[in-house]
Amino acid sequence: MSLLWLRFALACYFIGLVYAFVALTRTSDLFSRIALHAASLGMVFHFVSLTELFLSGQVVWASVHNGESLLAFLSMTFFMIIYTIYQTTSPGVVVFPVVFFLTFVAAVDEQPVLLTQFVSHKGWLIAHIILIFTGYAALVLSFGASLLYLLQERRLKSKKPTSLISFLPALEVIDQIGYRSLLLGFPFMTLGLITGSIVAVTTYGHVDFLDPKILLSLLMWAVYMLMVFTRWNSGWRGRRAAFLATFAFVAALAAWAANYFSAIHRFAAS
Amino acid sequence: MRIQLIGVNHKSAPIEVRERLAIPESRLPDTCRDLTAYPGIEEGMVISTCNRVEIVTHTANGHADLRGFLHEHFHLKPEELDAHLYEFREKDAVRHLFRVASSLDSMVVGEAQILGQVKEAYATARAVGAARGQLDQLFSRAFAVAKRVRSETAVGSSSVSIASVAVELAKKIFGTLQGKTVFIVGAGKMSELAARHLMAHGCASIFIANRTYERAIGLAQKFDGQAIKFEDLYNTCDRADIVITSTGAPHAIFRREHGEQFLARRKNRPMFFIDIAVPRDVSQDMAKLDGIFAYDIDDLQQAVSSHVADRRKEAERAEAIIAGEVERFEARLHTLDVVPTIVSLQDHLETIRQAEIDRVRGRLGQLSPEQEIAVEALTRGIINKVMHTPITTLKSAAKDSEATTIVDVVRRLFNLQVKGKEPQQDAAKKDEIGVRR
Repeated sequence: MSLLWLRFALACYFIGLVYAFVALTRTSDLFSRIALHAASLGMVFHFVSLTELFLSGQVVWASVHNGESLLAFLSMTFFMIIYTIYQTTSPGVVVFPVVFFLTFVAAVDEQPVLLTQFVSHKGWLIAHIILIFTGYAALVLSFGASLLYLLQERRLKSKKPTSLISFLPALEVIDQIGYRSLLLGFPFMTLGLITGSIVAVTTYGHVDFLDPKILLSLLMWAVYMLMVFTRWNSGWRGRRAAFLATFAFVAALAAWAANYFSAIHRFAAS
Repeated sequence: MRIQLIGVNHKSAPIEVRERLAIPESRLPDTCRDLTAYPGIEEGMVISTCNRVEIVTHTANGHADLRGFLHEHFHLKPEELDAHLYEFREKDAVRHLFRVASSLDSMVVGEAQILGQVKEAYATARAVGAARGQLDQLFSRAFAVAKRVRSETAVGSSSVSIASVAVELAKKIFGTLQGKTVFIVGAGKMSELAARHLMAHGCASIFIANRTYERAIGLAQKFDGQAIKFEDLYNTCDRADIVITSTGAPHAIFRREHGEQFLARRKNRPMFFIDIAVPRDVSQDMAKLDGIFAYDIDDLQQAVSSHVADRRKEAERAEAIIAGEVERFEARLHTLDVVPTIVSLQDHLETIRQAEIDRVRGRLGQLSPEQEIAVEALTRGIINKVMHTPITTLKSAAKDSEATTIVDVVRRLFNLQVKGKEPQQDAAKKDEIGVRR
C-alpha cells in the first residue's frame, strides 16, 4: 500500500519535473502555480506512504529505496520552506528533477534490498538516517541554489536582460537560499555522521576509517565544512561556491554509491 | 450611438492650456450637471487629470456644440483653445476612450494610474445622474477592455526610463533595496535622478563624492546623505551596494585592483555600478570581476530600448484588442438601437391580428377549442412569416451604418411610435426576440 501512495506522489512530482524543464525556457505564473499545487499534493501522498511504512513497525527505513523516498520527501520539505519564505518556485528547477528521480527509483521496485539487520541499537540507526538525509536534502538545495546563482549572475553580466530565465529571483535571494540551506544542513550532516559512528561502534566495536563509505563520507563532510567556512570567512559566491557545491554534491553521490562497495555500510544482497 | 468626445492631452496642448482647462475634483459634479444642461447633450462626464481634460457625451443628434460648451464654461476664446482640441465621434470616440482607459494614450504608456482616474470621473458623473444608459454601457465596457489589455498584454509591466531601469537591475541583484547604500561619484543631473529613484525604492543611506567638495555637500544636504572627500573615495566606496558614477575623468577611475579591494572588504557581497560617464569610469577588466555588476550608459540604454521595443510590441497587441472591442461594442449598441423598433413592430402587428380576429369572430360562430387553436396558429403564422424578412433586415442592418435609415423607413411605413426604453429592458427584450426567432 505504501508503494501505491508513493506512486501517486510520483505522478504529482512528474508535473514538477515538466515544470523544471519548461521554466528554463519560458516563464509562466500559471504553470508554476500548478507545479506548486501538484508538488504539495505529491507531498501529502508521500507523507502517507512514509507514515504507513513507519507504522508497519519494521525498521525498513534502512533500505535503499525507503532511504531515497525519505530523502526526496525531505528535499521537498526544504523546497516548501523556501517557498514559504521567499515566494519563489525557482529552486524547483533543480529540486524537482532530483526528487522525481529519487521517488522514481524508490517507487519502481516492490522488494527493496535491506541493509544489515543485525544492528543492535535501532534508535541510533533511525536518528542517523534522519539526520544524514536532512543534511543531504539541504545539500541538494544549496547545490541547486549555487547553480541558479551562476545562471542569474551570467545573465546579469551578459547585460541582455531578455525574458529568458527571468523566472529567477534576485541574486541575493538565491544566495541567501543557498547559504541558509548550507548552514542548516551542516549540523544535521555532522550529527548524522556522529550517530553513524555510534551505530558502527556499537555494532562492530570499532570504526574502520579505510572503508570506502567512511572515507567518502568524511570527504563529503570536509567539503561541506569547507563550503561553510569559505562562505563565512570570505563570502565565496558565484563560480567558486558553485564549484565547491558541485564537488560536495558529487562527493555525496559517491558516498551514497559506496553503499554498494562498503563492507560495513552495505545494502546486503537479498 | 451618438457618442461625442472632445478634449486636450499632453500631446495636443502645452501645460499652460491644460492648466486653464483643469477642473478640481470638488467642481467635477457641477461641471457634469452644467454639461447635461447644455443643449443637445443627454449624458456627459468629464475626465480631468494632469495630462488630459476630456469631455465624453451622449448627444441627442450626434452634433452637439461641445466646443461652444468649453468656450463658455472656461471663458476661453476659440482662438486660444481650438487649435489644441481634438474631437471624436461615434466609433472614433469609443476607440479613443478605450485607449485612454487602457493607458495607451498616456505619457508613460502602460501606467496604471489613469484607469483609476477614469473610474473616479465616471463615479462622479453617475452620482449626479449625468451618466446613465449609453455612457454607462460605454464606460463599463471601457473598464472591461482596460482589464483585458492589462491581463492579456504586458503593456503595463516594464518601465522605460534609465533611472527606473537602474532600479530594476538593482532589484534583480539585491532583491529588495531596503537598507541598501548608494554612492554617487560625480554630482550630475542624471546621477541625481537615478539616486532619487533608488532612494524612493527604499535605499537607506547615500554617500556623495565630487571633485568639488562643496557641490558634494550641497547634494548631500538635498538627500540627507553624507559628503565624502574625493581622495577618500576608494576607502569608503566598499560600503556602498550601488555606485552611480558620472565623473568627467578622461580615464577609468575604478580599475580591477579597486574592485578586488572592495570585494575583499565586502566579503564578496555583490556591488552594482551604474556608470553614466562618457568616457566610462569603470574599467572593462573590473567589470569582469565576479560580484561586480557594471552597466554603462549604452547597456542601460539597451535595456531601456529593449523595454521600449517590448512595449511597442505589446501596445500593438493592445491596439488589436481595442479594435476588436470597438467593433463589438458598436454592433451591440446598434442592435440595441433597432430593438425598440422591432418590439413595436411586433406589438403593432399583434394588435392588428387581435383586432381582426375579434372582428370576424361573430361571423365564424361558435368555434370548438381545436378550431380556436387553428385560427390562432393560422393568423400568428401569417404575421410571423410576414415579419420574418423585415426583422432579419433590421437586425443585419444594425451592424451597418445604414441602420438609422432602415429603422426610419420601417417606422414610417408602419407608423410606429417608439417609446424610449431603458437599455436593460431593451437587452432583455432583445434576448426574447432572439428566442422567438
